[in-house]
Amino acid sequence: MSNWETVIGLEVHVQLATHSKIFSGASTAYGAEANSQACAIDVGMPGTLPLMNAGAVALAIRFGLAVDARVAERSVFARKNYFYPDLPKGYQISQYELPIVIGGGLAVRLDDNKIKYVQLTRAHLEEDAGKSVHDAFHAETGVDLNRAGTPLLEIVSDPVLSSAAEAVAYLKTLHTLVRWLGVSDGNMQEGSFRCDANVSVRKAGAALGTRAEIKNVNSFRFVEKAIDYEIERQIRLLEAGGTVLQETRLFDAHRGETRSMRGKESAHDYRYFPDPDLPPLVIDAADIEQARSALPELPEARRLRYIDRLNLPEYDASLLTSDRAVSEYFEALLTAVGQPKLCANWVLGDWLGALNAASLSPENSPVDAHRLAGLLLRIVDNSLSSKMAKQVFENLWQSAESTDQIIDRLGLKQVSDSGALADVIDTIIAANSKQVEQYRAGNEKLLQFFVGLAMKATKGQANPAQLNDLLRAKLSG
Amino acid sequence: MSADLDTVSGQLAALASGATSSHALTERALQRAADAQLPLNALISRVGAQHALAAADAADEARAHGQAGALCGIPYAHKDLFCTAGVATTCASRMLENFVPPYSAAIHERISSAGAVLIGKANMDEFAMGSSNEHSYFGAVHNPWDLTRVPGGSSGGSAALVAARVLPFATGSDTGGSIRQPAALCGVTGLKPTYGRVSRWGMIAYASSLDQAGVIALSVQDCARVLDVMSGFDARDSTSAQRAKIDVAAALALPLKGLRIGRPRQWFGVGIEDGVGAAVENALAQYAKQGASIIDVDLPSSIYAIPAYYVIAPAEASSNLARFDGVRYGHRCNNPIDLADLYKRSRAEGFGHEVQKRILTGTYALSTGYYDAYYVRAQKVRRLIANDYARAFTEVDVIAGPTSPTIAFKLGEKLSDPLALYLADINTVGVNLAGLPALSIPCGFSAGMPVGLQLVAPTWREDLLIGAGHGYQQVTEFHRAAPPAAGQTETVHE
Repeated sequence: MSNWETVIGLEVHVQLATHSKIFSGASTAYGAEANSQACAIDVGMPGTLPLMNAGAVALAIRFGLAVDARVAERSVFARKNYFYPDLPKGYQISQYELPIVIGGGLAVRLDDNKIKYVQLTRAHLEEDAGKSVHDAFHAETGVDLNRAGTPLLEIVSDPVLSSAAEAVAYLKTLHTLVRWLGVSDGNMQEGSFRCDANVSVRKAGAALGTRAEIKNVNSFRFVEKAIDYEIERQIRLLEAGGTVLQETRLFDAHRGETRSMRGKESAHDYRYFPDPDLPPLVIDAADIEQARSALPELPEARRLRYIDRLNLPEYDASLLTSDRAVSEYFEALLTAVGQPKLCANWVLGDWLGALNAASLSPENSPVDAHRLAGLLLRIVDNSLSSKMAKQVFENLWQSAESTDQIIDRLGLKQVSDSGALADVIDTIIAANSKQVEQYRAGNEKLLQFFVGLAMKATKGQANPAQLNDLLRAKLSG
Repeated sequence: MSADLDTVSGQLAALASGATSSHALTERALQRAADAQLPLNALISRVGAQHALAAADAADEARAHGQAGALCGIPYAHKDLFCTAGVATTCASRMLENFVPPYSAAIHERISSAGAVLIGKANMDEFAMGSSNEHSYFGAVHNPWDLTRVPGGSSGGSAALVAARVLPFATGSDTGGSIRQPAALCGVTGLKPTYGRVSRWGMIAYASSLDQAGVIALSVQDCARVLDVMSGFDARDSTSAQRAKIDVAAALALPLKGLRIGRPRQWFGVGIEDGVGAAVENALAQYAKQGASIIDVDLPSSIYAIPAYYVIAPAEASSNLARFDGVRYGHRCNNPIDLADLYKRSRAEGFGHEVQKRILTGTYALSTGYYDAYYVRAQKVRRLIANDYARAFTEVDVIAGPTSPTIAFKLGEKLSDPLALYLADINTVGVNLAGLPALSIPCGFSAGMPVGLQLVAPTWREDLLIGAGHGYQQVTEFHRAAPPAAGQTETVHE
């Protein structure tokens, strides 16, 4: 198995986050009753015509700009012709020779923390097909056209990835980015982010080997398994003197293997030609510039800023920029509180922990950044000990109260008024002259004795750091 | 008075004066349609007399309340490829024999809201593929001037209905001459607008980049009236254009004096029948007499129009007709054994021979290895043809010549010679490839059969066609000539 190199290129189908379909007004919402969201256009009724959804174009432009690609001022829709029951018109409207997004690339952080810049070939707009339903009717196949006409952006990488791990790292970076941009919800269970992998192997330095295409893998884990299986299969085949066939293969998740779906000889001739129903898609340079100025700070730039400017650990910075909603929450908290590390600890610790425990997404957090900021400010001004803060946080989570309301209700306020504490300490010193003498003679362990008395006197609400400082001062005085 | 009642303008005048009602006109049209059905076979999908008369009564009501639209109360027919909600729309194909669309074509919405009364759907070549109307699942249409001859196609039913004075107008579609050629062969007036002038929404596609809806009537003035209603931007059709409406009154008033008419040398060469050539030359002489100048022009690429058209149109058709697969609507074979069998038999049974031939031709032209040699090259020829016209229009206002090189041929005569049949479109297809507006008007007879003069204008200049055509019809009578049997069953008295 030595001396082999792997070459992988990925095609990712990203479902665009529009409310309506790419060429019709029907809803794209997931999970509706079969065929309840397919209008005459989606069903391919005779005489109907496609109408471009400007929202889908805007999202494609946004993606193109975010990956530093060229957004084509003129791109062309083409028909990809083939027969299948879930393809209502007998052709898919896609882009072929002239896609909307050309080139660009993605900086991908690999497991060893090295950055690999993955060049993109292109990204193009197209419509999704419907779905064949094999288990709804006895011995018959049903067709659900709700998904037909759903807008997709197919993002094609150059064949520059050299392992399954690299492929997965690329996919995760891409997944974060499209969600970050609001281009897609990226929901993999619902098919909003699907991957085809082109895999080939070759001896180091040799010409590219024959590739097999693994179709439609929709989890990171399966992509890794499918590619690893395929690499091993091809190497074993070649080392045994065989040849790799150019073919399309399916990944069988149950068996953990890829299987041939169709060979090159049975490959479709898609007979692409420009769709005469849709004029070329022309995008003004001004529109592109406007979209560019509306781009949010991108995750990798933000990550570096967190490390360089906020002095956050790399680990924190990476986690905080893996999801736009988490990052925006952190940003809001930081603006209100300052103290980057404190904010990061609370976001990555208690807040995300509570969300995970409750299976909630950041968007559905019962504690918004404003309310959590109220809590952190009480930590910063020493009103709350960290233990109390956790208690307040639990109450924030359960109720709609503010931090100060909870503090009042539970009587939690840490006594940090130095006048009040000083009085308590004076009383204790006066009442325990023997222990004071021993302490002053060098038995410093007795400090804890005085701390205990002071805590008891303040019902635990004394600010421990302040108490320590004051006690030391008074005892040594 | 009865002669006047054959035209849109005449009917509108009679309705406005109260001399007749839409109810009466519709009854008359239904009666004539029934009488003409056996000889002509021009109507295929019916609206039902009750429905038509109810629409007529509604039109009369609207008129009584002073709410008459531009075509209020006028009976008409659609070519049976325009979707009509609740009314069968068959494309003259077994594939859609039982298809009733739940939506209407844009032009049906527009014509209906102008108050016209649909009485039925006209026969046609299946999916608009043909020049003789012999390729209909429901049988050939016969030419009212000679029942042994074809009416032309593919809008043969529409032309025959208007020629036989059953209806004052009918809609048509023109992909390679399908309005103009049957209009010429039936002695009526047919207008094919600029591509993009009329919405294609709800018009079942044959070749999307060429298809354009238009109208067949008895005069240019009537065509202009109907075009005014049909045309206009429609957001549902991305190839529909945002253009100002034609000023019909101004167009009709265009003087012939000073009009520069181009006479393309290539249209008067080999293949043109003597009688057709003579009638067209007479028409040009008439224009000259009215003060127009006749200028020879060249359309050198027009000799490639037929091959280019018969690559591009079938290529688009092969894709447009892929949706008819037996899965969701349309003909479905009995007891398919598997998916391939379902596709093969549903399509083999549902489509006629000519449609199958064009699908296969188009599939071939788009295939890997042939795409560049056929489709791409044909698109280049298309550009050259458009350039030819553009060059000619720097010297002339309109171009004129024979719509068809021959008069209507005998039924069956060219069925065994597809190439000869395709050549029937030799002067018309270039116009579609260039996206131009064109008109066919009756300009004489040869061997007792009508001859059509084709006028072509630059894009969006239908006004020139209307002016030139109307001017001619002001000084000639050919458009008033009716076939022998037309309206012979006139029994309704107004």
